[in-house]
Amino acid sequence: MSEEYKWGMVVDVDRCTGCQACVVACQVENNAPLSSEESFQRRRPMQWIRIERYWEGEYPHIKARFLPLLCQQCGNAPCEPVCPVYATYHNREGLNVQIYPRCIGTRFCANNCPYNARFFNWVEHQWPPVMANYLNPHVTVRPRGIMEKCTFCIHRLHRAQRQAKGEGRVLRDGEVQPACVQTCPTNALVFGNLKDPNSRVSSMVQDERHYRLLEELGTEPSVVYLKKVVPGGRAS
Amino acid sequence: MQERRDTSFPQINQDLLRGVIKTPIWFWLVLGALGMVVLGGAGAMGYLFYVGLGLTGLNWPVMWGAFITTFVFWVGISHAGVMLSAILRLTHAEWRRPATRAAEVLTVFSLATAALFPIIHVGRPWRALYWIFPYDFARGIWPNIRSPLIWDPAAIFTYLTGSSLFVYIALLPDLAAARDHTTGWRHTLYSVISLGFRGTARQWRLQVMGGILLSALILPVFVSVHSIVSWDFGMTMAVSGWHVTIFAPYFVIGAVHSGVAAVVTLLALMRWVFGWQDYIRREHFDALGRLMLVVSTAWLYFFFMEFLFALYSGESAEIALREMQVFTPPWSYFFITFLLTAYFIPVPLWLFRGVRRSVPLMFLTSLSVNIGMWLERFLIFVPGLARKQVFTFDWYTYRPSAVEITIIAASFAVVALGVLLFSKFFPLVPIYDVKEGEVFSTRIEVGRRKVPAVVREE
Repeated sequence: MSEEYKWGMVVDVDRCTGCQACVVACQVENNAPLSSEESFQRRRPMQWIRIERYWEGEYPHIKARFLPLLCQQCGNAPCEPVCPVYATYHNREGLNVQIYPRCIGTRFCANNCPYNARFFNWVEHQWPPVMANYLNPHVTVRPRGIMEKCTFCIHRLHRAQRQAKGEGRVLRDGEVQPACVQTCPTNALVFGNLKDPNSRVSSMVQDERHYRLLEELGTEPSVVYLKKVVPGGRAS
Repeated sequence: MQERRDTSFPQINQDLLRGVIKTPIWFWLVLGALGMVVLGGAGAMGYLFYVGLGLTGLNWPVMWGAFITTFVFWVGISHAGVMLSAILRLTHAEWRRPATRAAEVLTVFSLATAALFPIIHVGRPWRALYWIFPYDFARGIWPNIRSPLIWDPAAIFTYLTGSSLFVYIALLPDLAAARDHTTGWRHTLYSVISLGFRGTARQWRLQVMGGILLSALILPVFVSVHSIVSWDFGMTMAVSGWHVTIFAPYFVIGAVHSGVAAVVTLLALMRWVFGWQDYIRREHFDALGRLMLVVSTAWLYFFFMEFLFALYSGESAEIALREMQVFTPPWSYFFITFLLTAYFIPVPLWLFRGVRRSVPLMFLTSLSVNIGMWLERFLIFVPGLARKQVFTFDWYTYRPSAVEITIIAASFAVVALGVLLFSKFFPLVPIYDVKEGEVFSTRIEVGRRKVPAVVREE
């Protein structure tokens, strides 16, 4: 494991308004195909981060609850051992990495992901002609037949790390952010280095509201959620 | 054994080699029809490879569907061969004789067909060979042996190799018989592949020894193949309906259930098509019916236990899954059809001797079992994924597309075509084995009746 970095994210569910700005930012940053109405009807969206909307309570006292869900970059990831070709593995900075050229598309990893965080390229994706010029040059455009998922914007991490290394220092807190974190208008998403004791995420994961999704499965997620605060009521 | 007509050895040769020597008109018609279906399937497969898996009904989160169901179905059918040949050979069951070859051949062709499906269903099939054969020596990138998808091809190819050898060893004396009854290029062909078998005492001893050794060696493989196939699902911790320890024995017994039924279907067809009433007799169907009674009831026990464990856990994910299987249409209709066809219609019928000795009824009930067993796998795999874990927002369903259905239908034609072509070149009933049975069988007088009996020296 790397001495300096272990990337993590904190999702403050209390701050999330369900605006989906993170979803759009992720889509654009990572060259994900446009999730059209048809792709949702056929249940083949490509959303590395998505907002799950749950209804809580009974009518008329009904509330919408939002849960931003992305790859949890598990420390003990169930997707990794089942891949027959090592297309997914754990890198030194605690990230769960997908190697596109190696993937043959068995989709076993997606079945074994309890968070449904993995997405398959069912077809060769087309972009509208004008959009073709908007593709991010730092991110691979994926062909059909392979699996993909959230990378914590690894291209941004690498670029910033290279620059910092050139200057002979480690990355400062907040110097690099994934697209979703950068875009979140309510700062519900916070990204940082868990190895750095002074980083914002390191202090936030100490919050008494913290929990991890499906922690009981032993997946050791790197994404930590902070409970919603409901005045006078129970938190969710 | 009352139905037996006394047959001389030349008569046996003539009857059982009829399919090999003569080519009737129906053969060409059936061959053409099956060939068309196979070509249709190959076309659909090419289209699927060209366009991509978008042509299937698969979605997020139902990533595996009808292809995997059919894969498991064919692996299941392939279990008949060893169940019937190896176990019954080792236990000296007399009634196995006409059924062994058909069962082994069915094993080989259904297993080879099953092995196609994981390749068809991956996203980039042209790279899937990497997954089966670790060729990349230069860069030292090996397949991940922790993945059940690596255990799978290992188990399947071991079983395929073993059962092909098994068929070949049992075929040697018959190839020699075919050599002696043919002329021209076929004579040359059989001369070469019969490996100079002339029926000397030493050759017979080696052939029998080889058969027994392979029977004994293949039994553990037989158990392991479907156990390993079941671990594709059992190791998937994220899918609550799959992550079950009972899967290995449950799948093995289910495989034997569907496999033996498939052998009965094939034997009935052989009896009708080749007119082998003297060789595939009612007593054989009777014996197979009794075997199926035991196997199917053992299978029902495992099915019941799997259901019980799920409900007993009381986990919401399990309850949601069972709710979909049993109460949500159309899955509930599949569930009822599956229970009726796989067990509750055929098995009570087999209790009656009259049914077990009726070839058309045995044909229909054995077909019914396999319809049910396909649905059983479908009902395990798809609802498990469609009701995956806690994120109810993602729940969805699945319907196979026309392309998937075409390829699956073609897989049935592939197996049928394989068996048909095999019957053109090799006798589907082992000639030497039937003759051996004739030698051992005799009639002894008990009171005033003459009763058939088997006499053998141990």
